[in-house]
Amino acid sequence: MSDPSVAGIDWSSCPTPKSNYDRILLGHGSGGRLTNELIERVFVPAFDNPILAALEDQATLNLAATNGGAAGGLPRLAFTTDAFVVQPLFFPGGDIGRLAVHGTVNDLAVGGALPQFLSAAFILEEGLPIDDLKRIAASMRAACDEAGVQLVTGDTKVVDRGKGDQVFITTAGIGIVPPGRNLSIRSVRPGDKILVSGTLGDHGITIMSVREGIEFETALESDTAPLTSLVQAMLAACPAIRWMRDPTRGGLASALNEMASAAGVGVELVESTIPVRNEVHAACEMLGLDALYVANEGKLVAVVPADDSEKLLGTMRAHPLGQNAAIIGTVVDEHPRMVLLRSLVGGERVVTMLAGEQLPRIC
Amino acid sequence: MKYLDEYRDPVAARKLADTIARTVTRPWTIMEICGGQTHTIVKYGIDEILPSQIELVHGPGCPVCVTPLEMIDRAHAIASRRDVIFCSFGDMLRVPGSRGDLLQLKSEGADVRVVYSPLDAVKVAADNPGRKAVFFAIGFETTAPPNAMAVWMARKRGLKNFSVLVSHVTVPNAITAILDAPGNRVQGFLGPGHVCTVVGYDEYEPIASQYHVPIVITGFEPLDMLEGVLWTVRQLESGRAEVENQYGRAVQRNGNAQSRQLIDEVFEVCDRKWRGVGTIPQSGYRLRDAYRDYDAEKIFAVEDICTQESTVCISGEILRGLKKPHHCPAFGKQCTPQTPLGATMVSAEGACAAYFHYGRHLVSLDVSTDTPSLAAGDRR
Repeated sequence: MSDPSVAGIDWSSCPTPKSNYDRILLGHGSGGRLTNELIERVFVPAFDNPILAALEDQATLNLAATNGGAAGGLPRLAFTTDAFVVQPLFFPGGDIGRLAVHGTVNDLAVGGALPQFLSAAFILEEGLPIDDLKRIAASMRAACDEAGVQLVTGDTKVVDRGKGDQVFITTAGIGIVPPGRNLSIRSVRPGDKILVSGTLGDHGITIMSVREGIEFETALESDTAPLTSLVQAMLAACPAIRWMRDPTRGGLASALNEMASAAGVGVELVESTIPVRNEVHAACEMLGLDALYVANEGKLVAVVPADDSEKLLGTMRAHPLGQNAAIIGTVVDEHPRMVLLRSLVGGERVVTMLAGEQLPRIC
Repeated sequence: MKYLDEYRDPVAARKLADTIARTVTRPWTIMEICGGQTHTIVKYGIDEILPSQIELVHGPGCPVCVTPLEMIDRAHAIASRRDVIFCSFGDMLRVPGSRGDLLQLKSEGADVRVVYSPLDAVKVAADNPGRKAVFFAIGFETTAPPNAMAVWMARKRGLKNFSVLVSHVTVPNAITAILDAPGNRVQGFLGPGHVCTVVGYDEYEPIASQYHVPIVITGFEPLDMLEGVLWTVRQLESGRAEVENQYGRAVQRNGNAQSRQLIDEVFEVCDRKWRGVGTIPQSGYRLRDAYRDYDAEKIFAVEDICTQESTVCISGEILRGLKKPHHCPAFGKQCTPQTPLGATMVSAEGACAAYFHYGRHLVSLDVSTDTPSLAAGDRR
């Protein structure tokens, strides 16, 4: 693999092709390139500030700094928010409420923070059965208890029938970042190892299997789970962990592409080491999808110095949420900002950022 | 995964690649017909493990890519109507027509739905008696039986609000069109495994003997592809030109009798225009007269279809195996899956999209094969 610029593209200042769409498409919510474009074109310019510009899944707030430096001893806070739209509301392994708690908890946890408090805003569609809402609330409470957080404030709005899709939930969360803890996407170094905590694509394929118009029978369940205790066990065993991310929408491929870009490094993955369940594999084959791009809700990807990788793998596998953990690749000097995958039969391919939605293939 | 991992075994793949390398004594140009085969080649880097004498060129077998622009515009016009629910396979939605793509139309309020089977579109019609459900019936012989079944079912159920916009193409005459084209460099074919599962391969036998060209009906997994190449190379090296069936676990010589019967019941053979290639005689299907009430082209008389292809795009030459995606000046620059100039960039099975998706615009590629060096006549 030689200098990428040979192909005529100056990759160091890659001109991301600008979308020519003047309306929002579903692809803008895919977590891939269209989503990033929206963030870069609309939101970053509108709210420009150094904390947002870090573009991590959570903002880290230094209260001492915002308080004129007079608040000695105040902890750093991690702050994040996430919106949830999923159909059906209830699916094997979870529901929209559980997802709304875990999503925000996990965004905090993978930054090394201890999640503490959540808020929740509900947009309800006229006609929603109250029993469904009760079921969602109970499920959220159970998820909060499991994750060790409290839901302390909220809001409710109702929209006309047909103007929403039963329930939309937005949660926000605050966590405390222990002193001395500095996980950062830019601290990733060539030579580091890349680990995932388990099988990829379980959540996305589960949702697809019960979605109207596609239904297929499978024993799959969503992997939605709070990652706090796994993350804390990992950091206790291996404080040198550089960076973690929960690869939700857009999947592992998007998370690693973002890392490669932000850290200016290359990534090499070995296809045979990436854990994917047979059921997910089969569904992806059937629908023409790629598990590397399918959403997860209870998995994380971690980057760690090579010397610590085996120890970290042992710690992860000893945890109930990390039993299928695996070392799947290496951070490299070569081909910066590019994720390469060594295929099962020994060929090589580039794993790019998803352009729009993954569209099922015709045949 | 059982029945799949076996066909992706790295040791067996290496062995096949070694056997090919030992068998080949000079350069050969082989075309894989199907988009699915192109996809496998770039997904697994099959061409990288083949000896340098073997050049794989990508054929016209992506149904999305060869659907003519006029037909996309017709679909756009029909889908724009308020009384229509337009149903389609997912990857047709992003194909740019002269007036935009169906995804954009959907964002503007049109009722455009992705379905996974044409029978789902029949259900949409039954569930929405006050509206007209139209299914975009594209594809090769592979999708013809389910599309025929949808029409047959709609008639059987007496549904008056279901129709299909047919743009079906068939493989055999596309192969002869490629072989007849001036400057052709293809010396052997990996035949279309799934197409032959449906219609068999007896039709390919006269082509192999008349043009003296080996055709190996080939599957879609890495080991299938490697074995298909090996068998083709063996024929080329020994001067044979036969139809061989590598995909024996799915394909029989006469195909699937029931499927053939169903196709024959609903469709008849017709001339078809292929995007980037032009009109090929007797290379497609249209609805028989008995089923004309289900023909969306007849129901929705769409006038004023005037199309304008990109002047930069070389998808036509790519579909005929004359050029590869990276030979195009727009590839990976103006033309990406987000901003496709031609259909080969749109479908996951299109050669350009496959090259782009698997990062072939990012790595150095051999562009020395710009000028076709081997005319087909060389070996006749």
